[in-house]
Amino acid sequence: MPEKFDAIIIGGGHNGLVNAAYLARAGKKVLVLERRPVVGGASVTEEIYPGFKFSVFSYVVSLLRPEIIRDLSLSKHGLTILPLESTLTPLLDGNYLYRDGDHYRTVRDIARFSRRDADAYEDYSHAMYFMAKAVKPVLNLVPPDPTSLDPAELNRLLRFTRPYLKLEPYQLHTLVRLMTMSSADFVERWFESEPLKGTLSASGIIGTFLGPRSPGTAYVLLHHYMGEIDGAFRAWGFAKGGTGGIAEAIARAARSFGAEVRTEAPVAKVIVKDGKASGIALENGAEIAADVIVSSLDPRRTFMDLLDPGYLPAELVKSLRRYTFRGSSGKVNLALDGLPELTCLPGSGRHLSGAISISPSVDYIERAYDEAKYGDFSHQPYIDIIIPSMIDPGMAPPGKHVMSCFVQYAPYNLRQVTWDEKREDFGDVVVETLSQYFTNLKDIILHRQVLTPLDMERMLGLSEGNIFQGELSLSQLFFLRPAAGHARYRTPVRSYYQCGSGTHPGGGISGASGRLAALEILKDWRGTR
Amino acid sequence: MPIPSPFHSRTAGLCESHEWRNWSGYLAAGVYEPTHECEYYAIRNSAALIDVSPLFKYEFHGPDAGRAANRIITRDAWSMTPGKVIYTPWCDDDGKVIDDGTLACLEADRYRFTAAEDNYAWFQDCCFGLDVEIRDVTENLAALAVQGPSSRRLLERVLTGVDLSALRYYHLAKATLDGLPLVISRTGYTGDLGYELWLSPEDAGQVWDRLMEAGQALGVLPAGILALDIARIEAGLVMLQVDYISARKALIEAQKSSPYEIGMGWAVKLEKGDFIGRKALQKEKQAGSRWALVGLEVDWTSIENVYGRYDLAPQIAGRASRLAVPVYQGNRHIGQATSHTFSPLLKGYIALATVETRYTKPNGPVQLEITVEYVRHTVYARIVALPFLNLARKRA
Repeated sequence: MPEKFDAIIIGGGHNGLVNAAYLARAGKKVLVLERRPVVGGASVTEEIYPGFKFSVFSYVVSLLRPEIIRDLSLSKHGLTILPLESTLTPLLDGNYLYRDGDHYRTVRDIARFSRRDADAYEDYSHAMYFMAKAVKPVLNLVPPDPTSLDPAELNRLLRFTRPYLKLEPYQLHTLVRLMTMSSADFVERWFESEPLKGTLSASGIIGTFLGPRSPGTAYVLLHHYMGEIDGAFRAWGFAKGGTGGIAEAIARAARSFGAEVRTEAPVAKVIVKDGKASGIALENGAEIAADVIVSSLDPRRTFMDLLDPGYLPAELVKSLRRYTFRGSSGKVNLALDGLPELTCLPGSGRHLSGAISISPSVDYIERAYDEAKYGDFSHQPYIDIIIPSMIDPGMAPPGKHVMSCFVQYAPYNLRQVTWDEKREDFGDVVVETLSQYFTNLKDIILHRQVLTPLDMERMLGLSEGNIFQGELSLSQLFFLRPAAGHARYRTPVRSYYQCGSGTHPGGGISGASGRLAALEILKDWRGTR
Repeated sequence: MPIPSPFHSRTAGLCESHEWRNWSGYLAAGVYEPTHECEYYAIRNSAALIDVSPLFKYEFHGPDAGRAANRIITRDAWSMTPGKVIYTPWCDDDGKVIDDGTLACLEADRYRFTAAEDNYAWFQDCCFGLDVEIRDVTENLAALAVQGPSSRRLLERVLTGVDLSALRYYHLAKATLDGLPLVISRTGYTGDLGYELWLSPEDAGQVWDRLMEAGQALGVLPAGILALDIARIEAGLVMLQVDYISARKALIEAQKSSPYEIGMGWAVKLEKGDFIGRKALQKEKQAGSRWALVGLEVDWTSIENVYGRYDLAPQIAGRASRLAVPVYQGNRHIGQATSHTFSPLLKGYIALATVETRYTKPNGPVQLEITVEYVRHTVYARIVALPFLNLARKRA
């Protein structure tokens, strides 16, 4: 008797697992199929070198929706998010900028660079609080169709825009700037000191193939600013056990509701009969039937690879072909024999338990982008570092450390060469750059894992290695993610849904796409669409 | 991680209670002795030394310094001559208070602000286009308040080059102490006779030692924030982020206040010409303000009665409370008491409260929330004019 499920979720990344957990919680018989031997997708912890656990890809959590933590009882299933409070920007001249939860210490440190910036910091935080507050509810809403005059749609549009209507006029103006300006121009409205501007504006380029002076990046900055833990604004965190800890907790929650999770089960095709998805075919040829198929893969895989594009409207295919991925970042994970020693702040200390950002100035990052624009990786890249073993000692053997380095820019398409030829050169550049700030780094590296956009594509199936399943640019957000008219998790093929980061709201370990998709699927099931 | 103030080398050893507060990022003694009562009475009965160095201090220097100050504050800076000090709020364009502090005219082209919070970027923005240099001198200037009826006698013993009997209320002069130059202003946050000394941080230790030594015979004590808080409530002086919220920090419009609403209407000089917030304040003056700052005197018998229900004698903390509690008239919530304390001198429980203007009739009966044995009750209070304590010696 062939296997039959209510729903099959393709891809066991965090969105796929969230989706599966919500469907299973509603009583559906759910199967998750993951190609790799481990679940989590980009939210994964692996022991790449004996005794050292790497958050291989995604390395911090900020946007995980509090509703998901509550609905799925993730704390009960092992989710622990440890605080990640500080940001250190080391500089080549031995100076540094250090910001943490101690307000007065932070402003004193900023004042060493600009007395004015110290006072303006409060105004900036104040302004961003309102922006985050206005935009955040949108993360929990299915995007409206602004072109429709259907009363239900207008109502949806109103709900989507209501938080903005509540803003004071001057805040609305800030929001418009946020949506249109470059992140550098935006932060320059408050600040003049380079390390602060560089570090703040760097949040606006993450995962995009844009520079801090490219218009549109200010919104990405906000997206990163919205992070929260358990409903508290603006708190980044590190999941105990690495980001794999998040995926495992969600997987446990899903299983507790009865979902089945199968690994090493790559899906080849979605089977369509009479315009309706009826099951999937695994790469080994086996077929599994289900009433509903949900893809958590990116839009290119979901529509073009798993499906015969012939089932899709030509306009959609055209639009999806132009949906930009343009992976722009790499990841270097290091297993270290001891604690890395900073030139600017030698020895151990709390500053090593936070983020360390190689972003000395806006120009530094923009120059890094200049190289990438023409098909090279940055030779002095922006690097966002954390030392997970300083936050969760379980990540490395006692006295040893793991270091996670998010590196930008590493464009997916290199000029004339391939990443297979350049991977180690790229790793060398990262280590060289880091060595300008960490005196002992080269001597303590036990193992180096270099991940290029090509590797992310191969390992995770992320098209062009884009960490967000498509750029987080305004032209690909909200009701345009992934394509106009197809932003509500449904597809033109009946019973075939999308729930990945390539749908609204996308980006980061938020789980919002997986959850919103599940709620829409359940609505369809009940026939109350 | 608050940092030490310039007086820390002296105050650290004296702070037996080890009760330190974080005042704008500086370590400030909450109370030196195990209880604050003697420190409070030093302010009212002898003299107290209070380290107020954490105040933010800015110097305006240049041909347009006076114009710049006048553009910022609601009071009239033009009428100031060197040696004059004024207490003033300053507002945003909507006439909502950002902060309050003193403005001293040091020279014709040199002014000094004190502020509770950082205002550097705001001041810079306000002075765009003016020929004035704004310097943050917070760390360059130690500040010591010498407050209490004996403060003049104490300072006369140690200062040279100044005639304190001629130094009028809200004026300043230059002086020396054992050859160390300093500026003395007849200002303070206690409503008592008192002075503030402004000096180089390097001289702080020596100045402190000399005052303590000379003050021994006069009963001079160091006093911490707890004693100061009681004194300032008695004096009807508001505190930023306690009795009102800075317009720069408020999260909603309702959290903002105009000067009229925090008892500083007297400091708004609409006739002085243009200044930031003037248009809005003109409007508010005509239309009337929604809120007003009032004093509340709580009926002691009423407190006794509530405690009596539990067979308890009143257990009122000797310390001032900065936890706001609701104020009612009948069943209607009319505002909140933001600072309240038992006044050791007046022997009564007093509060600074913000209430709707239409309920501010003097002697008007209101109720104040009080929690006894985990249960919320109300006690009777009456509205009184501020300050609670108006000492003749303050200006004499």
